[in-house]
Amino acid sequence: MAALLDIKGLNAWYGESHVLHGLDMTIHDGETVTILGRNGVGKTTTLRTITGIIRSRKGQIRFDGKDMLSVPLHRTAHHGIGYVPEERGIFSSLNVLENLMLPPVVGKNGMSVEDIFELFPNLHERRHSPGTRLSGGEQQMLAIARILRTGVRMLLLDEPTEGLAPVIVQRIGEVLKKLKERGLTVLLVEQNFRFASRVADRFYLMDHGQVVSEFPVGELPDRMDTLHHVLGV
Amino acid sequence: MTMIFGIPLPALLGQLLIGLINGSFYALLSLGLAIIFGMLRIINFAHGAQYMLGAFSAYLLLTFTGIGYWGALILAPILVGILGVVIERLFLRRLYGLDPLYGLLFTFGLALTLEGTFRYFYGSSGQPYAAPAALAGGTNLGFMFMPNYRGWVVVASLIVCIGTWFLIEKTKLGAYLRAATENATLVQVFGVNVPVLLTLTYGLGVALAAFAGVLAAPVYQVSPLMGSNIIIIVFAVVVVGGMGSIMGAIVTGYLLGIAEGLTKVFYPEASSIVIFVIMAFVLLLRPAGLFGREA
Repeated sequence: MAALLDIKGLNAWYGESHVLHGLDMTIHDGETVTILGRNGVGKTTTLRTITGIIRSRKGQIRFDGKDMLSVPLHRTAHHGIGYVPEERGIFSSLNVLENLMLPPVVGKNGMSVEDIFELFPNLHERRHSPGTRLSGGEQQMLAIARILRTGVRMLLLDEPTEGLAPVIVQRIGEVLKKLKERGLTVLLVEQNFRFASRVADRFYLMDHGQVVSEFPVGELPDRMDTLHHVLGV
Repeated sequence: MTMIFGIPLPALLGQLLIGLINGSFYALLSLGLAIIFGMLRIINFAHGAQYMLGAFSAYLLLTFTGIGYWGALILAPILVGILGVVIERLFLRRLYGLDPLYGLLFTFGLALTLEGTFRYFYGSSGQPYAAPAALAGGTNLGFMFMPNYRGWVVVASLIVCIGTWFLIEKTKLGAYLRAATENATLVQVFGVNVPVLLTLTYGLGVALAAFAGVLAAPVYQVSPLMGSNIIIIVFAVVVVGGMGSIMGAIVTGYLLGIAEGLTKVFYPEASSIVIFVIMAFVLLLRPAGLFGREA
């Protein structure tokens, strides 16, 4: 299987502080991969460095064979990478529909607005409300939905289940499975590994800005004890 | 003669009209300031000088090329807007993310430079600029006599203000602008070229000032200091309305113009300070401004 995203020896800095220390990661086309790790080991930084929000970075990031380090921030999406930040980034001065329509369409495989509203009926009902009037779960749906419209090939998803009720978490899990059926590649940062085990094909465990181990979802049950220990949960 | 509160009705309406005309300029100028501040977080002290440039462009276009009022009303905002684009690309861009004081000092210096340059060539007295022939004379409204050109100023500024409001609140481009005001980085991650958006926003804000300048040329004459006379009031308008609120800037502009006009009728001595008194009260009671969101 061809690597869609190929990261080698990636280093990244927040100002003076060196956060990623030679990160290696390979994501194949159509895979859903989850990054696990304690708070502060560089999971979110990894996503922000891939998108190019963090510009002080060295090493290699190749997406579909193309070098991404030289790509300006506003061109990242056009290469096929979509980003849903941890804080969701719903705009309060835009209504739900405007939020949904905001990101420009960059690829052919985007979902139509009709399909999105079928998948997320709540958003249709509330399309004229200000974006931030939605519940946390609805905001997360909106944050995912607006990237699906753009037709990106890969979705970077930062802790989508954080702070949400179990029934909403389940709903997000169903949505991720649908995306997988559509062939979307997903890189997920997640603390909730019960949730992650239902959607992910493979896991990376991070510590101190590096990948310390990698395993397929089948090995998750055997590793539960170690993971609980390492993650301190 | 009809009297209201002991004031003859025509005198009252006359001052109301003058208030509305001043309000038209306040609205156009504070709208531009609010757009620029909202997007760029730059307090554009050069706004008055850019308004003056609009008026002078009209004057120079007429003197050197024979292009009259209507042509100038289109051309001057474009020319001054392009100058704004150049200023943003060369200078302002380097000040983003720094203390807002840097932007304020830069634009203040720019205003002094522009005004000084025009004062060097034209002195501080005003150059006459005639209203277009089509709008000469006046109309008897029955209760008062209204000069046609002044009626046009009110109509034109209303059209441009509502058009700009529509552009920002109801279009896709406006959605990009509003979103980028909240979180520019994320909008950029989505694939929108935010730096270009910032350049265009500054150009638009400056073009609005120049448009107001052309409108003002037949009313106030064309003089190098016309901008510095009005800009202080306009800053007070923006403070009252709330920085960064588009509708707030427009509505407050007209309301304060009218308040100023009415004060001229009832208590003329206070007319030149009434806006600042209102500003002081608003700052005391609602520091974010009448239409501003509490931070």
